[in-house]
Amino acid sequence: MTAATPAGPAAPAAPRAARPPAAPVRPAAARRRARRRPAPYLFVLPALLLFGAFKLYPIGSSFVLSLHRTEGGTQTFIGAGNYERLLDDPLFWTALKNTAVILAVQVPVMLALATGLAVALNSRLLYGRSVFRLGFFLPMVTGLVAYGIVFSVLLNKDYGLANWLLARVGAGPVPWLTHPLWAQISLGLALTWHYTGYNAVILLARLQSVPAELYDAAAVDGAGGWRTFLHVTLPGLRPVLLLTAVLSTIGTLQLFDEPYVLTGGGPDNATLTIGVYLYQNAFKYFDFGYASAIAYALAVLIGILGLIQFRVLGEKE
Amino acid sequence: MTPAVPPGARRRARSLLLTSGLAITLAVVAIPFYWLAVGATHSSEEIFSSPPPLLPGGHLADNLKSLEESAQFSRVLLNSLLISTVYTVCAGAVCTLAGYGFAVYRFRGREALFGLLMLGLVVPAQVTLVPLFQMMADLSWLGTYQAVVLPNLALPFGIFLMRQSMASLPPSLLDSGRMDGCGELRLFLRVALPPMRPSLAALAIFLFLYQWNDFIWPLIVLRDGASFTLPVALASLQGLDETDYGAILAGTSIAALPMAAVFLALQRHFVSGLLAGAVKE
Repeated sequence: MTAATPAGPAAPAAPRAARPPAAPVRPAAARRRARRRPAPYLFVLPALLLFGAFKLYPIGSSFVLSLHRTEGGTQTFIGAGNYERLLDDPLFWTALKNTAVILAVQVPVMLALATGLAVALNSRLLYGRSVFRLGFFLPMVTGLVAYGIVFSVLLNKDYGLANWLLARVGAGPVPWLTHPLWAQISLGLALTWHYTGYNAVILLARLQSVPAELYDAAAVDGAGGWRTFLHVTLPGLRPVLLLTAVLSTIGTLQLFDEPYVLTGGGPDNATLTIGVYLYQNAFKYFDFGYASAIAYALAVLIGILGLIQFRVLGEKE
Repeated sequence: MTPAVPPGARRRARSLLLTSGLAITLAVVAIPFYWLAVGATHSSEEIFSSPPPLLPGGHLADNLKSLEESAQFSRVLLNSLLISTVYTVCAGAVCTLAGYGFAVYRFRGREALFGLLMLGLVVPAQVTLVPLFQMMADLSWLGTYQAVVLPNLALPFGIFLMRQSMASLPPSLLDSGRMDGCGELRLFLRVALPPMRPSLAALAIFLFLYQWNDFIWPLIVLRDGASFTLPVALASLQGLDETDYGAILAGTSIAALPMAAVFLALQRHFVSGLLAGAVKE
């Protein structure tokens, strides 16, 4: 679980990009003096107390809860019973499969688009760079509920703007939100609309720090645009691509707001995510024990995927 | 930096091609924003008529009135403003103090404690939902503002951002402050904070947006319409049988467009401050 921790002795594989510069080195005497003082602990104490009460404690108690069956407000210890039930629960596997599809399709497409966008935004050929940079970041500012509502109206099968426009060119109507496959596509479109610009802006900041000499050297060697991109731009982006990939993976696995507002998990559970399924079990059926088991399965998944990503993408570090 | 480019007319042509290509893409990205503003000024029937409305209509006042009747909208707006402001101030203080502590001091357990906090970035929020809900129920805090605000005050990303920014403080600056006999708290307030203004602005915008848009947690702990925040109220309207989409889109505009405006006004701080924290080598 600590694999994606940006700093800390337990995470030797942490990416360079996320590692802060070492603290200033001061003379030994001053350092000793500072160590004796309570000041540093007082600065971090409020955060630690709040974190302990509202994060660490619930993390622990959630695990205990996951070993119990909740019935009519009473808890019965059943050991791994909830986890066994999870393995036999077709809806859980459906949610897992839907999330995997988004991970395998939407995240790579979005990161590729974001990389292309970042390269375009970084180009000296572009007029009005700052306007574009701002414009593409704007969707990120919009709340998930707000854009979920807008997309659900835009994509309405009978009256939405999208199908009206398609009808102008003789296509459609597309059952955006009412057909299982199209609902998945709509969800992917909404997610891509929301997060591509944000990822592009992060990648752009990294691009701007790739030394110009590397490009000059590539030009001298006669490398074309595509080869320069493959051999100079992409390696330069690697640590930040890793960061965005990990963040997108975590975000996708936790996905809740968009499917909840856009499709409610339907049709036919096609957009049921682990997050939505957990919510349904906890706050619709009040099966807290089972919901906690789902949450823990999710946490383990995030840990495993995070580790794999660091291994695969971070190996050349 | 960017590769060298061919001179003259060819360069101009490629420039225009790239710029117009991106402009078209941006226009497509902007459609939902435009359409949101247009939809807010139409009635539900107009929105779902064919062809759909493409220009602003005259129904905005009616939509707002209907929002007020069905969702106590002015109260909801006030809730959101109040909760987001209080959250921004409190979480800002907690994150800044912690970020400073972790960035400028060396102390026993520093890396371990920081690593523990960063665990919050990887453990999914869903893991804590149920126990937190039970905790709030046991404290009889369901439906209260503190139930919304308290659990997320020590936001790991905020602490991470502040530690990254504070690490750029020159040690000589702090040392000279100590030479002048500054206490550690005064040093923090008078010497360390002033040059951090851009990062603090970025943190404040980030925290405000986070709370303003947060959905699942307020949805769980807030009970009745009078205490709802904007996203919860809007989502609850959508669930009704006779959904008034004109009213919903008017409310959604009010939730989304001012945030976009604030962001536009302060973006210089936001993007640079956020990036300074996010991708510093």
